[in-house]
Amino acid sequence: MTVSGVLGALLLTSCSLIGTGDDDSAADPSTGTSGGAEAGGPVVLVTHDSFSLPKKLIKQFEADTGYELELRSNGDAGSMTSQLVLNVDNPLGDVAFGVDNTFAGRALEAGVFAPYRGEWPAGVEDFALPGDDEGVLTPVDNGDVCVNVDTAWFDAEGLEPPQTLEDLTDPAYEDLFVTSGATTSSPGFAFLLATIAAYGEDWPTYWEDLLDNGAKVVPGWEDAYFVDFTAGGGGARPIVLSYDSSPAFTTTDDGSETTTAALLETCFEQVEYVGVLAGAENPAGAQAVVDWMLTPEVQAALPDSMYVFPVVDGVELPEAWAEFAPRPEEPLAVDAAEIDENRDAWLTEWQDLVSR
Amino acid sequence: MTSYGGSGARRLAGLAALAVVPTAVLGVFFVLPVTGMVSRGFVTDGALDLGGVLEVLGRPRTRRVLWFTVWSSAVATTIAVLLGLPAAYATHRLRWPGRRVVRACLLVPFVLPTVVVGVAFRQLLGEAGPLGFLGLDGTARAIIAGLVFFNVAVVVRGVGAAWESLDARPGEAAAALGASPAQVFRTVTWPQLRPAVVSSASVVFLFCATAFGVVLTLGGLRYASVETEIYLLTVQRLDLQAAAALSVVQLLAVTALLLLAARLRAVPDATVTRRAPTPRRPRRADTVPLVLTVLVLAFVALPVLALVTGSLRPDDSWSLEAYRALSGRGSAPGQGGTALLVPVTEALVTSLRTAVDATWMALLLGGLLALLLTRRSRSRTERRVRSVLDGLFMLPLGVSAVTLGFGFLITLDEPPLDLRDSPLLIPLAQALVALPLVVRTLVPVLSGVDDRLRQAAASLGAGPVRALVTVDLPVVWKPLLAAGGFAFAVSLGEFGATSFLARPDDPTLPVVIFRLIGRPGPLNDEMAMAASVVLAGTTALVMLLVERLRVPSVGAL
Repeated sequence: MTVSGVLGALLLTSCSLIGTGDDDSAADPSTGTSGGAEAGGPVVLVTHDSFSLPKKLIKQFEADTGYELELRSNGDAGSMTSQLVLNVDNPLGDVAFGVDNTFAGRALEAGVFAPYRGEWPAGVEDFALPGDDEGVLTPVDNGDVCVNVDTAWFDAEGLEPPQTLEDLTDPAYEDLFVTSGATTSSPGFAFLLATIAAYGEDWPTYWEDLLDNGAKVVPGWEDAYFVDFTAGGGGARPIVLSYDSSPAFTTTDDGSETTTAALLETCFEQVEYVGVLAGAENPAGAQAVVDWMLTPEVQAALPDSMYVFPVVDGVELPEAWAEFAPRPEEPLAVDAAEIDENRDAWLTEWQDLVSR
Repeated sequence: MTSYGGSGARRLAGLAALAVVPTAVLGVFFVLPVTGMVSRGFVTDGALDLGGVLEVLGRPRTRRVLWFTVWSSAVATTIAVLLGLPAAYATHRLRWPGRRVVRACLLVPFVLPTVVVGVAFRQLLGEAGPLGFLGLDGTARAIIAGLVFFNVAVVVRGVGAAWESLDARPGEAAAALGASPAQVFRTVTWPQLRPAVVSSASVVFLFCATAFGVVLTLGGLRYASVETEIYLLTVQRLDLQAAAALSVVQLLAVTALLLLAARLRAVPDATVTRRAPTPRRPRRADTVPLVLTVLVLAFVALPVLALVTGSLRPDDSWSLEAYRALSGRGSAPGQGGTALLVPVTEALVTSLRTAVDATWMALLLGGLLALLLTRRSRSRTERRVRSVLDGLFMLPLGVSAVTLGFGFLITLDEPPLDLRDSPLLIPLAQALVALPLVVRTLVPVLSGVDDRLRQAAASLGAGPVRALVTVDLPVVWKPLLAAGGFAFAVSLGEFGATSFLARPDDPTLPVVIFRLIGRPGPLNDEMAMAASVVLAGTTALVMLLVERLRVPSVGAL
């Protein structure tokens, strides 16, 4: 009996020891809810696993509106969209944030969202989803997926860095480019869309040229940037697929300049939306969340929390962003409905090309 | 239980009572979600559509994916067993300084998040890496190396736990009668060890066949396994029909494998004399296994060292900055960045708490099952029911985490089973993953107990509980600890199912690591590595503590 006694005691102590930590943290977020003006109850925000905002802002929202914000995340943006579609009859929450323009078509088609449009500050309209006739999605943030170059590497080699998508197939840049896969990463799919926007039906030919020129395709953005990119983790390739904000993270020690640059002619724009879910239990709360996402505080927190640009005009950017992350004037774009219609065909064809 | 004085009906009722909890758990948390998900794929517009499913299976890509999964898993399993056996021997039968530490270290890879290890592997093997000259980056060989890296621990621990307490005397007797070491192994040790080896190998095969991160990160996009394919089909394309077809094939293949394993595992007489472990000093003949153990250790240590180095060198100079940043929420301190909703340290606490829960759940369910499975069957039907149960509880290992995760969300969404928000969901999902390991570790040992001992205990007036405590527990105690350690480690490292179920404001450590490494902020990459090192260190520490527990009652027999 001593044996099982020891085991039991061990389990009990470890449970209770660790359990106390839980109680503290569980009690923590609820303190902000009591001062609300209106009784709102819980509002469930479904989002992807990259969602992050300062806790202070969330508490402020709860104090101002009286709602309790509950977060639920289910994998990345693609996974989240798929789950929203699957659960359309019994929604996972009240409001969803993080469906982007590459997945929006699927969500609209399935009727995941209910119409709602609050007050849009200046600038938001520019990012409204074309084809969203019912007005269900509100733009929250945007960012561009662009080819980046290690300018320090090119300076040292005395080589002129590439400028355009076409340049990437130039033998001068043979074996220098690494990108993440369209089937396995969201920037990878955005890059495929960029080539489709630029080359139309001839995109497979472009990709054949690209692969013939030694382009390397790896599964995730982190593989490309942290393993293969010269400026990311000591890799061997000075051209990588990343974001237009990335150069803001490669500043020199004194912060006076950056060692990488985004090629602004290769960018595909990604916009993330928020929307009230059809069949939401707390539609009023959901609408409050949608409005909240466009407040100056949340918009200003986006770059540092989620590495994306705000959609509202006049929001101040972090210093390094303002200085080192110029935006493309006219990013490449593909219509959301067209993406939804052709996604499978494009991805299948792309997959065949790269695994050939 | 084994109440030999009671009537047959009472005995069966007792057995059924043992079975009811695990079966109910499996039904609700496995059978229901998986059938829910699969039936979505099989039913088109309200009608059963088998033609569509067959069409999917006929695609050349599907066949390629299936074939790759089978052969890569088979090769990786073979290598893991070949490397794991000598290491199990050296770390469990021999006494040498540091063997406990080595044992704990060998288990570390098992819990490391595959994303980060994948990146560490690729930093070693990549074009600019120190092992880049091998040209392994993005090849099938890299995938197999990764699979072996993650799974060799299963063989070392699983076989080691059984080997440790084998009675050495029959072998010594054979040796004294002139048998060579090889002959001793073949004729005496191997028959006693075979159930444990086959058990471990089948678990390793299942882990390999359902590996996700390793295949994706190390194989580039040239290779796809059933698991990565189901992920792409479900998450990216929402092609539920194709995903369901593959899920069913996966289930059938796993069932076939389990049947085969059950046959291979069966030995004419499972009864094995077990004694308190008496590790001895290495002799000259032990050089080969010792050297192989060192090699395995080196193989396991290399990527881990790459991780440690990476975590200590932000900005190409040595510093602890990444570790100091772990109490923050990502991105460089001072820049006001908040890549995470909670600090990494808080995620570690969540992970530990979840792991404790998952461990007791897995031990409880697994212990009940192991007891149930190892009672001597009185009739053929009873034996059949047992073997079906045995296989049934292995299935969660063989099913894609994506299918299970999505299945949870679409089936457990209505009262009385509205569990989408339940805090129990994560530890339960992890316990289901760990369950086969627990059962497979306990069953070979329990079935080796001579049933006459239990009969003797009963005839001396011991009730079923007393018989259990005096006969079974002393033998099973060590393996139970090993199984508990495994369950704990599985829970700490589990990513697939957890990533679908974890709440963003209460994530586990692997989920946080995954988020960090996927974000462009400065220092996030190093922080992900530092957090992985912390995870690895925590696991090694827990394993060491488990190893340290000495139990006086062992060897009372």
